Amino acid sequence: MSDAATQYAKPLPEPSAVSAPFWEGLKAGELRLQRCTACSRYVFYPRSVCPHCLSDQLEWQTASGRGRVYSYTIVRRAMNPAFAQEVPYIFAIVELEEGPRVTTNLINCSPEEARVDMLVKAAYDSVTSEMALLKFEPE
Amino acid sequence: MTLKRAAAITGIGEMKPTRSPDGKSTLGIWTDVARQAVLNAGLSIGDIDGLLIGQPITEQAQMWPSILGEYLGIHPKYGNIVDLGGASAAGMVWRAAAAIDSGIANAVLCVTGEASDVETFYAPRARRSAQQLPYREFEVPYGPMGVNSGYALIAARHMHEYGTTSRQLAKIAVDQRTNACANPDALFYGKPLTVDDVLASPLVVDPLHLLEIVRPCTGGAALIVVSPELARESRNPPVWLLGAGESSRGMMLSQMDSITTSPITEAAPKAFAMAGVAHNDMDLISVYDCYTITVLVTLEDAGFCAKGKGGPFAEEHDFTWRGDMPLNTHGGQLSFGQPGLAGGMSHVTEAVRQLQGRAGERQVKDCEVAFVNGNGGIMSEQVSLVLAVE
Repeated sequence: MSDAATQYAKPLPEPSAVSAPFWEGLKAGELRLQRCTACSRYVFYPRSVCPHCLSDQLEWQTASGRGRVYSYTIVRRAMNPAFAQEVPYIFAIVELEEGPRVTTNLINCSPEEARVDMLVKAAYDSVTSEMALLKFEPE
Repeated sequence: MTLKRAAAITGIGEMKPTRSPDGKSTLGIWTDVARQAVLNAGLSIGDIDGLLIGQPITEQAQMWPSILGEYLGIHPKYGNIVDLGGASAAGMVWRAAAAIDSGIANAVLCVTGEASDVETFYAPRARRSAQQLPYREFEVPYGPMGVNSGYALIAARHMHEYGTTSRQLAKIAVDQRTNACANPDALFYGKPLTVDDVLASPLVVDPLHLLEIVRPCTGGAALIVVSPELARESRNPPVWLLGAGESSRGMMLSQMDSITTSPITEAAPKAFAMAGVAHNDMDLISVYDCYTITVLVTLEDAGFCAKGKGGPFAEEHDFTWRGDMPLNTHGGQLSFGQPGLAGGMSHVTEAVRQLQGRAGERQVKDCEVAFVNGNGGIMSEQVSLVLAVE
């Protein structure tokens, strides 16, 4: 295990062949979403078929990274001990400008500042040398 | 196709919830409640030819029907794990009725329960093999607090869309606690609450306070669902299935069109239509309550009040056993305790007790028809039932 991996004790995503472009995008500081070429809707989380029309023709596009808070909660007790030092932290769902919603954390935002419908922008949090998570911060 | 009066519940067994397992095993608890239910129904073990079991949350295994069947001496002609989370128990009732209606079985034993406590429930579990699930990849890295954070997201959004308040949510917990104080089996028996107590309890996941969140514990429950022929010979008043509806959606809130409206909007109308009854016919509402917000959304989506009006509705009605709208008269899981999936079954066993007129001090007067709802995941799996005595 590398130093970075041992220091970061929280659960990490394990990208699949389907989702790898999404996680690679985050590492490059870019939010990539799948878009269905058949029904032209955006898709998140990454899939091998479109959940709207079952087409398997999905292409990757770069998204704006802008969105608004759909809902949020302030977690004051950690279930996983690895998050114990973070409490209180903001666990949220953000609705992207392109339509899909993502589960995330709001960062650079105090619990008192957080609001539903607040405008936010993507923040790429490189938690290890191999992995960046998609978080959001106030616009 | 209807399941109206296709089967009836004639026996129940239930363990008084305890804070910790105290040496009990899940299989041992199942055995106790199953035995109680078979005896309560006045049947012998040889009469049982169907077996439905709820997957324990903290104890994963395969082949549960054969494990429990072997232990109890049942040779099932029909066996299944029902995997609908908290909706599993309600889901078992119509599945048993459907099996009976098809001639596959005559008497189905439905079992839930778990040897658990807060520490076991919240302990991180080895789920290495499940790492490739979307939930593991796209939610877990951001630190959800089990499903607590999911229901908190629903509550926060509901407040935003409809102006619901913490005080309105707290009222639900308070009325249910009043009910629990008339139920000596409830985990929080003898501990009355006020709205201010709820609001003064620590925020765990805003806007939900500690006393709005269910407590995992040890316990179990079982039901016997039988054919109309066996029901007519029953020593207890048969509690007939009049209507059932089920609807589920995915696991992740981010994937749902709206997190403040649940598939109960599909399950409940189906149950009411099959039963041929209306909301104001209900003498008892016995609905899943892992959190206060769960009850509020259920009342709205089942059509007891308009969408978004659950808050004022909770303020206007008295949900206690002696009130104008008796709801979760056993205390609900919030005050009775949540022994794994037996928490969901407690809503069915309480309906049976009330309909059979054996609820003791908390007996609802002239209780003839009840609405039951089971809820799994984060308002995902939904099963609505209408139950009635003759």
